[in-house]
Amino acid sequence: MEQQTPQPITESKIVGVPTPRIDGPLKTTGTAMYSSDHHFPGLVYAWPVTATIASGTISGIDSSSAEKMPGVLAIYTHKNIGPLYRTPPSAGFSMILDERRPPLEDEIVRYYGQYVAVAIAHTVEQARAAAEAVKVTYNKTPHDTSDKLLDTPTIAGKLKEVTKRGDTAAALAGAAYKHDAVYSTPTETHNPIELHASVAVYKDGKFTLYETSQAVVNHRDVMAAMLGVPPENVQVITRFLGSGFGGKLWPWPHALLAAASARNLNRPVKLVVGRSMMFQSVGHRPAIDQRVQLAADKSGKLLAIQHDYVNHTSMLDDYDEGCAESTGFMYSCPNVLATSGLVRRNVGTPTSMRGPGAVPGLYALESAMDELATKLNIDPVQLRLLNEPEKDESTGQPFSSRHLKECLTVGAEKFGWAKRNPAVGSMKDAEGRTLGWGVAACTWIATRTDAEVNVELRQDGAARVACGTQDIGTGTYTAVAQMVAHETGLPLQRIDVVIGDSGLPPGPISGGSWATASVVPAALQAAQQARKQLLSLSTKTDGCPFKDKSVDELEFVDGVVRIKGQSSGGVPFAEILKTANVRSVSGTGKSTGLFGDPNQKFSFHSFGAQFAEVTWQPEIARLHVSRVVTVIDAGRMINPRAARNQIEGAVVMGVGMAMLEATEYDHRSGGPINASLADYIVAVNADCPNIDVTFLDYPDFNLNPLGARGVGEIGLAGIAAAITNAVHHATGIRVRNLPVRIEDLLVAPGNKTS
Amino acid sequence: MIDFELTRVGTPDAAVQIAAATPTAQQGATVRFIAGGTNLIDYMKLDVETPQHLVDINRIPDLAKVEKQPDGSLKIGALVRNSDLAQAPEVLAEYPVLSQALLSGASAQLRNKATTSGNLLQRTRCPYFRDLAYAECNKRTPGSGCAAIGGYHRNHAILGVSDQCIATHASDMDVALMVLDAVIHVQGIKGNRTIPIGEFYKLPGTTPHIENALEPGDLITHVTLPALPETKQIYLKLRDRASYEFALASAAIVMQVQGGRLRHVRVAMGGVGTRPWRMPEAEHALEGQAPGEGVFRAAADAALKTARPHTDNAFKIPLAKLCMIRALTTVTNA
Ligand SMILES: Cc1cc2nc3c(=O)[nH]c(=O)nc-3n(C[C@H](O)[C@H](O)[C@H](O)COP(=O)(O)OP(=O)(O)OC[C@H]3O[C@@H](n4cnc5c(N)ncnc54)[C@H](O)[C@@H]3O)c2cc1C
Ligand code: SF4
Repeated sequence: MEQQTPQPITESKIVGVPTPRIDGPLKTTGTAMYSSDHHFPGLVYAWPVTATIASGTISGIDSSSAEKMPGVLAIYTHKNIGPLYRTPPSAGFSMILDERRPPLEDEIVRYYGQYVAVAIAHTVEQARAAAEAVKVTYNKTPHDTSDKLLDTPTIAGKLKEVTKRGDTAAALAGAAYKHDAVYSTPTETHNPIELHASVAVYKDGKFTLYETSQAVVNHRDVMAAMLGVPPENVQVITRFLGSGFGGKLWPWPHALLAAASARNLNRPVKLVVGRSMMFQSVGHRPAIDQRVQLAADKSGKLLAIQHDYVNHTSMLDDYDEGCAESTGFMYSCPNVLATSGLVRRNVGTPTSMRGPGAVPGLYALESAMDELATKLNIDPVQLRLLNEPEKDESTGQPFSSRHLKECLTVGAEKFGWAKRNPAVGSMKDAEGRTLGWGVAACTWIATRTDAEVNVELRQDGAARVACGTQDIGTGTYTAVAQMVAHETGLPLQRIDVVIGDSGLPPGPISGGSWATASVVPAALQAAQQARKQLLSLSTKTDGCPFKDKSVDELEFVDGVVRIKGQSSGGVPFAEILKTANVRSVSGTGKSTGLFGDPNQKFSFHSFGAQFAEVTWQPEIARLHVSRVVTVIDAGRMINPRAARNQIEGAVVMGVGMAMLEATEYDHRSGGPINASLADYIVAVNADCPNIDVTFLDYPDFNLNPLGARGVGEIGLAGIAAAITNAVHHATGIRVRNLPVRIEDLLVAPGNKTS
Repeated sequence: MIDFELTRVGTPDAAVQIAAATPTAQQGATVRFIAGGTNLIDYMKLDVETPQHLVDINRIPDLAKVEKQPDGSLKIGALVRNSDLAQAPEVLAEYPVLSQALLSGASAQLRNKATTSGNLLQRTRCPYFRDLAYAECNKRTPGSGCAAIGGYHRNHAILGVSDQCIATHASDMDVALMVLDAVIHVQGIKGNRTIPIGEFYKLPGTTPHIENALEPGDLITHVTLPALPETKQIYLKLRDRASYEFALASAAIVMQVQGGRLRHVRVAMGGVGTRPWRMPEAEHALEGQAPGEGVFRAAADAALKTARPHTDNAFKIPLAKLCMIRALTTVTNA
């Protein structure tokens, strides 16, 4: 469909209004059906058997005693799982998955925890007991799970250029002020409370799959290809998701185990991934080393940026974290070079974790900026203001809407930054604790992808809006309802939002923070089409007061059809439909995305500033993030309430990234050893700072008519750097190897004990 | 988890009689009592504990009481929930270190279930002990080796370790009981007996699978805390996150300051030892001294002199010292 020039919508009674979630009551009363809640007559349970080596081949699988255990229906291995195929190359947002090898494809083991068999039984306990009774023997070969990445052999044999301008080497060599350091971030595991799960129903050659998916349409395409059936034989449903953080964007091997088992047994199968398996075979943010070199003149003007990163990936798949995504446009700088490298390790395939690339990338870049500011003796806010670019210097495009300077100045004002004494350890709070104040800038991509939406106006007076996107806990149900409420004038209670089903008109993935922005044009267009049909019907229906009027004379306002500008004499649309004996009128909106379009006129990005305060008690080595001020420039907020919630959650996750989270591999076995929620430490309530969120209200009408971008990820970008910069300000210690741990700080001045 | 039989008993005698059938009350026990179940069930799910018979002691009357005894001691029933014990008026008034220790542990939900006896017998959090995929664990399988040495051991013990096991004793409550000189009351097949808490826990040595003084059939019925003169008390716990986590180092202290001198000093630490760790060296260094940083530092140095760290947990030595010094400073100023 032809791309329309958007008409900016500046006024709305519902868009931009803080709105409680329309699905809130379902969730708080336990009636929302999450994937693993689905149950069917005859349903049986699957429990995988996981490899206890990280590299080698299976020499034997003895399932004889497991098969005889009570309730056991089958044990599937690479010998009898039946056909499973690899996917053809991906195109657009279809056929994407990170671990491309179907489970149980052969006897080769490439990472600890890889599925080597699956047990099916009548109860989950029976299945688990049987899985544990399957005896697998291996021929082990040496494995590598080392987290030393930089300067180890990369897949390509050399580093790949990501962005380049000027002569970075020369500028670095000649500059008066330089900074050069390596920043390391560990493997991080997504730990949504809802475990990955699949409930697979197989009937008459067709699969209905209840999945934990952030992208039902892609999930359908992948599953169909891997199961070897036409896409119309697969339906993927995710009505509610107990969060994903990117870990549930693409299908993982367990989904194939469940579907293949359902097919083989011709009965419904439920597979819920165990918590320890969540650390093995459903992705993670990879371990990354990043070397950042900066050069500046005495005034603080950047002369060169070089950013080289290396991330680990698995033995079969090439996952690139993309850490240098923002390096090219963040600051004005004549000489920029960024490179990437991938190294193979015997680990499960990494995947997107909230803010992939930018989050670790900005941790490195924004830490380096802080270190440079210290060397230059320039205030770190000033250093950033000084290097604000006029345009995207990596592409030459103008920014569609960039207000980073205002984020920094507003944030500084709200935080009280002017009172900052830059001397390390010089500031105290009322209780005598040392304070550290740090700042970081942040950014995240803004874009739109293809979307199709259907809006139906029904005889019962309600509107139904349908789209094959999904709500991953971010508030998509509500945002979509707000868009349709805006366009139809109907109250939210009379709008049914139907999403989370691959059978619906194809909608965007819930990733990249672009689901909302993508749905906007299609939803508005669909509502307009439905309205046109309604008005047309009004002019053609016997007994309707508008019969034989021209459509141009009519309008549809607050759910009522009337003569333009006449507040009386209107007829509720439900009555018109009744009179006409038409059950519903509907319209479909279809918009083409901007993602990857080489002819884009603008550089679309959101921006923000993160200010963090830590309190530091050297006498007990206790560090606490006490306060965070975040200012975000992400276009117009459709629902400021849900948006604030996204930023707050991201800040808390940032506290985890900065101070707590790391997946630890036992390098002898190659397996993650802290694979439980008790041992993999995430932030709890007591770790949460006071969080002050401000949204700058600059609608980005170049992106869509409502000017909405997205806020799912940007809140996590920069926060780790703001915290570690604050840690340095408090303690004098620069931790370049996350997370910041007690042992890193024991050597701080003030800790005299050895 | 393996299949097991569950018997609900109404008297201590019945409990003891059934449990007497187990060949050991230590690792490998075939009969286990179940109290709150917060620790035992975890390990049963992991097949680390494989009792064939569970004896539910929750219906035994009178084991959930906190009572002042005529001699001034406090009697705490085996089934008193950790959350109730933390709020018991007698505990708050006379043994605040115990209340603080309890409240620093686990989460509110867990404390509502966890019991006095279950907490005394909670097992280590060593990840290799919990994971059958690792064959090497002397505590789980005597003679198999120790995967933690040479593996991931950041939160393992530095005191009381052996070449066979470096697992940390994870309890907070028990550290407080150490400085309160708690006495554990046991009913066994041969009758009742008492075990001072200082003699209750065994060092791992070459037999890390033997953790305490209990014999087959032994049921902990209650714990008594001797009457205390008026003292200052504190429990200080240091850890990675602010709540809901085991200690990296914790200190329990009971003391008096009389005429500017430290008296009746008792110090124990958690998170650092293979058992809740009483520190007589520190007590000796402090007793009779005037409080001050130098004295506190000397006590901390003395207490950690015998520490034997491995690569990743060496930081616990300075951390433990900070913890003790801070606890001493705070409590003397209180
Ligand atoms: C996530 C998590 C976090 C935790 N964090 C902490 C923490 O920070 N600090 C801390 O101190 N603890 C912590 N704990 C441990 C918690 O304190 C223990 O699980 C709890 O105290 C055990 O008590 P219970 O009654 O549930 O024991 P159970 O699980 O019922 O029993 C434990 C053991 O004691 C035996 N037993 C019980 N009663 C008797 C009896 N009367 N006589 C003889 N044997 C008996 C059982 O047979 C079993 O072997 C945590 C636990 C979890 C799960
Ligand atoms: S430290 Fe003890 S419990 Fe842990 S692996 Fe070694 S022997 Fe087993």
